Amino acid sequence: MEQSRPHVGLFIPCYVDQFYPQVGIATLEILEKLNCNVSYPLDQTCCGQPLANSGYERETKESCQQFLNSFLQFDYVVAPTGSCVHHIKERYSKILNAPELQPSLNSKIFELTEFLLDILKVELQGTFRHKVGYHASCHALRGLRLSKSSEVNTAPFDKVKSLFGKVEGLEWSQLQRNDECCGFGGTFSVKEEAISLSMGTDRLTDHYEAGTEILTATDMSCLMHLKGLADKKQSTLPIMHLAEIINQIIS
Amino acid sequence: MSSRQEILEKIKKLRLDQTELPTIPEFKNPLNTEEEFKASIEANKGEIIPEEKLMSWISETGFQKILNFSQLINLNTSYAKIEDAHELDQLQVAIIDGQFGVGENGAIWITNEQVPFRAIPFITEHLVIVLPKNEIVSTMHQAYIKTSSQSYSFGLFIAGPSKTADIEQSLVIGAHGAKSLRVVLV
Amino acid sequence: MSHSKASTDFLRNAEHAKWHDETLWMIREKRDLASQKVPEWENLRTIASSIKEHVLSNLDHLLLEFEANATKNGIQVHWAKDAQEHNQIVLDILKKQSCAQVVKSKSILTEECHLNPFLEKNGIEVIDTDLGERIVQFLHQPPSHIVLPAIHLKKRDISELFHQKLQTEKGNEDPYYLTQAARTHLREKFLKAKVAITGVNFGIAETGEFVVCTNEGNADMGVHLADVHIACMGIEKLIPRRNDLGVFLRLLARSATGQAITNYTSHFRGPEKGKQIHLILVDNGRTEQLGREKFRNSLKCIRCGACMNTCPIYRRSGGFSYQSTVPGPIGSILSPGLDLKKYSSLPFASTLCGSCTDVCPVKINIHEQLYEWRQEITKANPNHAESLSMKLASGIFKSPLAYRISGILMRKLIKNLPDSLIYNPWNVWGKGRKLPETPQESFRNWYLNHRKNEQ
Repeated sequence: MEQSRPHVGLFIPCYVDQFYPQVGIATLEILEKLNCNVSYPLDQTCCGQPLANSGYERETKESCQQFLNSFLQFDYVVAPTGSCVHHIKERYSKILNAPELQPSLNSKIFELTEFLLDILKVELQGTFRHKVGYHASCHALRGLRLSKSSEVNTAPFDKVKSLFGKVEGLEWSQLQRNDECCGFGGTFSVKEEAISLSMGTDRLTDHYEAGTEILTATDMSCLMHLKGLADKKQSTLPIMHLAEIINQIIS
Repeated sequence: MSSRQEILEKIKKLRLDQTELPTIPEFKNPLNTEEEFKASIEANKGEIIPEEKLMSWISETGFQKILNFSQLINLNTSYAKIEDAHELDQLQVAIIDGQFGVGENGAIWITNEQVPFRAIPFITEHLVIVLPKNEIVSTMHQAYIKTSSQSYSFGLFIAGPSKTADIEQSLVIGAHGAKSLRVVLV
Repeated sequence: MSHSKASTDFLRNAEHAKWHDETLWMIREKRDLASQKVPEWENLRTIASSIKEHVLSNLDHLLLEFEANATKNGIQVHWAKDAQEHNQIVLDILKKQSCAQVVKSKSILTEECHLNPFLEKNGIEVIDTDLGERIVQFLHQPPSHIVLPAIHLKKRDISELFHQKLQTEKGNEDPYYLTQAARTHLREKFLKAKVAITGVNFGIAETGEFVVCTNEGNADMGVHLADVHIACMGIEKLIPRRNDLGVFLRLLARSATGQAITNYTSHFRGPEKGKQIHLILVDNGRTEQLGREKFRNSLKCIRCGACMNTCPIYRRSGGFSYQSTVPGPIGSILSPGLDLKKYSSLPFASTLCGSCTDVCPVKINIHEQLYEWRQEITKANPNHAESLSMKLASGIFKSPLAYRISGILMRKLIKNLPDSLIYNPWNVWGKGRKLPETPQESFRNWYLNHRKNEQ
């Protein structure tokens, strides 16, 4: 019986590991509650995105290889992040000059909500009586195409909202700008500080005006930036990563 | 080596693989093209008027400096014989024929056949275009197919009166070209 | 000045920055509405992209075809390898006409070549006739946006300017009134000009004609009253077949301003009797870019400006912060090709959100090229301190042990450092944001404590 369950490797982004372990815990608990055979490779480090986006992808060859060494053995690799998953799927085979890797990267590596919806075919049942502000993190949106971006003229779809379709009491905030970037962008947040703060402030204002009670996203990096801004201005805006919300809903 | 040669050599040296040129599919547009065309002209701040209304408008305004280049409308104008486009500077109304219109955007096609001076549709203060109502196509694709074997030295799609929004994005009708466009469907 | 310094300055005037952002966002929304009215929109983008792909792969043959057909039509074709040669060709034509004044409609290429200052140095007065361009010309500024040159100015700025330059009523900010003043002023210039310069939106190889799109009618007012029309065209502006115009013209104005089409779309196949048309084909770095496999696609650009309107950074920093003729996302992938060092901050002025790529009518992978330019820039312009810290980070990330140790150290440090050290100007993150709370243990430690025995 044990052998027929796919073996899932849990990938926890470096900053989640260090600063938001509760998101990692929630992710692990979700997968366990859904009866997955989950392992957490202890030797994982960082996907290399911060260096690559700063223009140093050539310095990340070894950390890419480290990632693959930890994870290619699994049937699936699941992570509570759109950004790292996108980087791995989009860039690894090029950085390592190994195009033969691409099919495995495509079929194995998933952001958490996409894994739940498309692979485990989960339909979340339960309650979450809150007005939730969903921030559509850019790499999950336009990178992984988890939902239709506002720019394109195709049939609408939204994997994240579909996952929560049957959850009672959950209301999504109606925003002025559905998918404008929060302004984090990794080192952008310090290199172009003024714009980064301006963009984040505008996202927060949009959510405040929409009556958001809890702000959420696929990516803790966006939430970290927005929460940091909100806290500095001493305004409270509770944040919960999608993993934490899902974990609360699934008993 | 001339610059011409230099540029062409530089490109040739790259030895790029020639990619395929796509065929443009036929896009079917089910909308009523006359209705669509009217809506488009109005959205562009132009006006569709019947022939009678044109005549009454002209007499109301009292415009004297009118030139009628249309083969489809009878209006005798005794305004000057024009030798040079510069003489058109004081022209108040120009009436010209349009060959056909495009429903999706209100564009009307004319060529040098319709205007003895290319400046006419631009320099006139007010422009009137007479258009056969059964000559309206739906999309630009159809417009280009329709004109594919035409020979002309100047062709123009004109879709409304001259406009600009360069001052704080406020739409102003009547920049350098005609201040109004009236389309008479016949 | 780096983009980040310039944008910090721009944002100091918070009210103005907010208005700039909201105005351009509104244009992005207009573009969305217009694109939604065309059910085959995404298909058109794909087709347009393939047509341009073909053009770039077959450019030399198409240029020859275009030249042959245009020449047959009576158009005089010139070739300029760079900006200087382009400017000299224009000057030579003007000198032949004994011309001291010229009217010019919008041409970003002539901006790129710095034509105006060159002509002025040679005694020729240049009058930019697009209203937005005339405004910035009066102010001795370049355009801040390739489609909306004066988007950074408010009507009170323009009112004051026109009061000084055109003797309009002081304090009268009515856009209609101001536009009429410009109409009268520029009408006089159109009537006097013997030579008119325009840009080119599309050159058609099949028929040897070219197309110029305007809303104001200023390009046509210039050329049809002048004796000589000089059209300046980047070599990449070619399209193979006349029917291809159907695809591009359905995409261009909708992407740029949300209009279904520009008011005037003029097709020049041959000169009016007794007049001349000169067409100058310009390289100026385009063949170089053509040779860069990763950046070649940037040459598909049809200069619609949609990427600028959608870019959250452009909206909050304005065109001038890029200090390049073409600003915004497309400028940030074109300009480093012209001068890598000068424009090295531009590809970093982005969060790589990808919105630009999604609005581009010819599907240029702008955000991917921004990422690729970053790789090129760090190789070509090494910043030793940064390079060292990257090597250090890489060393940490490739070793699980080093990663764990550095994590422990970092969390301990942040927890134990006094606030004054953390929240000071040297720590940029801490300037505007509160640092995250440092948890007791990392996820890994929690896992070891709570799950390891189960492995």
